[in-house]
Amino acid sequence: MEGGLMRRLVRWEVLLLVILAVTIAVNSAMAPMFLTIGNQINLFQLSIEKIIVALMMTLVIVNGEIDLSVASMMGLAACAFGWLFQMGVPAGVAIPIVLALGLLGGAFNAFWITVIGMPSLVVTLAMLIGFRGMARILVEDRGITGFPDWFNALGQQPILGPLPLALLVFAVLFVVLLVVLHRSGFGRKVYVIGNSAEVARYSGVAVPRVKALLFVASGFVAALAGLLYTARVSAVRGDVALGFELDIITMVLLGGVSIFGGKGTLWGVLLSILIVLNLRNGMALANITGHLQTGVIGLLLILSVLVPNLVQSAGRLSFKPGSASR
Amino acid sequence: MTGWLRSVHPQTLRVTALALVLALVVLFFGSQIDNYYTARMFNRISTSVAIILLIAIGQALVVITRNIDLSVGSIVGFTAYLVGDLLVAQPDLHPLVVVAAAMALGAALGAVNGVVVAYGRVPAIIVTLGTLAIYRTILVEYSDARSITTANLPKWVVELPQATLFSIGDLDIRVTVAIALGVALVVHLALTRLRAARRLYAVGSNPDAAAIAGINAERVVFTAFLLSGALAGLAGFVFLARFGNITVVAGLGFELKSVAAVVVGGVNIFGGSGTVVGVVLGTTLVDVIDNSLTRWALVSEFWRDALLGMLILIAVAADTLMNRYLDRLRRKRHMAELSAGTLPVPREAG
Repeated sequence: MEGGLMRRLVRWEVLLLVILAVTIAVNSAMAPMFLTIGNQINLFQLSIEKIIVALMMTLVIVNGEIDLSVASMMGLAACAFGWLFQMGVPAGVAIPIVLALGLLGGAFNAFWITVIGMPSLVVTLAMLIGFRGMARILVEDRGITGFPDWFNALGQQPILGPLPLALLVFAVLFVVLLVVLHRSGFGRKVYVIGNSAEVARYSGVAVPRVKALLFVASGFVAALAGLLYTARVSAVRGDVALGFELDIITMVLLGGVSIFGGKGTLWGVLLSILIVLNLRNGMALANITGHLQTGVIGLLLILSVLVPNLVQSAGRLSFKPGSASR
Repeated sequence: MTGWLRSVHPQTLRVTALALVLALVVLFFGSQIDNYYTARMFNRISTSVAIILLIAIGQALVVITRNIDLSVGSIVGFTAYLVGDLLVAQPDLHPLVVVAAAMALGAALGAVNGVVVAYGRVPAIIVTLGTLAIYRTILVEYSDARSITTANLPKWVVELPQATLFSIGDLDIRVTVAIALGVALVVHLALTRLRAARRLYAVGSNPDAAAIAGINAERVVFTAFLLSGALAGLAGFVFLARFGNITVVAGLGFELKSVAAVVVGGVNIFGGSGTVVGVVLGTTLVDVIDNSLTRWALVSEFWRDALLGMLILIAVAADTLMNRYLDRLRRKRHMAELSAGTLPVPREAG
């Protein structure tokens, strides 16, 4: 069982690597400047907020839960920042307030999930609507601009070599979460709970505390991503980051993370992020519009689970009749 | 003191509570908004409920089997646009043919979901998240930025939303509302009376037990998605008739609205329980709040979504806490009867 699981994970990441290599090869053949550092950074920049949130989402889904409210929290953070700024609060003061708001929103989700005992799918679906609603209360149908230059520069100017702040945040967060999920005791608990919350509870794991921490962190990271987005586009509207949750969850699941929890690695998610970014960039180079790109990613998401399932059942039918599934 | 609580079925309690909340909400808005109890308001809300109710019933069938259908919004848009296109090309088609075409188109899209979920063993949330994007993409590509306009539609379609089946005093029961309520009645009778429909609950409450009992779980799940698609297709037709002008964004966000309505209506998101009466009340409650807030002077319409989110939380939290309380009561009684030496006959839990 354990060996089979490992084999499957390894095969999964190899499959992702092959897809990535093919995508890059085709793209490079189409456009010679594709593999330049400038273009690669640019391609990261365009979706940087989504992929930052996707890293945190990986831990939430491995834990067997889901956070559908992240995109609305990004929107709420952006709108809260814009609103505070309009009220005359200096941007430097507004940033920590908005980050605290992210923590608070995450704690709010965690309360209903761990204390009341509601499914995270329902709670975060409600707050997908709720956080977005709060964002709209704050800015209504206005657009807010005119943030200080230093704030906009944070989202647009490179600060370390060719790397802008958001890309550094992504890199740091990736390393931190890599250590937390794959090298720490806390990470083991995340997997154990994802495999079976009951078993984890009887083994003495503080299940509610782990879950609550993850949702609080998820709210914080989403708020941070919302601020980075605001700095990058230097404007705020009520529909900031609308619908991003689908892209974010797609990236995580395509990376081989099981929607039922307990399975998947951050490396797989990193590969899937690279695939999605390169695929979108390549399609843009080939003049394929944004909407068709979304459709292709959707198809890829389904196939990424369907094909291994079909291969597995075909294998079982021909080689191991009667062997137990799962 | 708690004796009566034990004898009432949880679903009955849930439906009563929902009806009570709905009545309170209507009374509250009636005291806040001038001319609230008018025929116009009733017609506006009832025709709006009709569309989302059709989708929510289909969604409930899927959720009862422990799955979810996030593609319904795209299916509504897809069928509304394509049936509109069909009517523009062939305005003389018989209305029944048009409705059948809409349902068949929706059913076909639902069947794709069903095959991949039931036989491909891919989690429903992944499949329908994918087809949510794919169906919408196909529609955008097909439409080529054209839109369907009222002017090009046959007269009977444009007049359908105003068509009244019968009136109770000032209140008109529109044909579209009657269709939705008719579907609700049929599904209600099926879910409570038909052996085939009870299988939805069996599969949703315990798939392994259902399989051991000889139920073909794959076929049951497939059928649920097929029906959800067909009802979304029917809703697409009603959407076309109600709005007339259809662009590629038609039905956007209906997946979340329908899940919200179903969950508020007391359908367990983890499958196995839920009633059509609950779904009708849940849908109506969500829509009444939605429609009333836009007319309430005290808060701006921008409060709508924030309040809707809180409503969903509170509705489901009340449900969760009530179930936990009933569970504890049941266990206490069980222990008491064990010690008294009178073993209780096992009863089916709601």
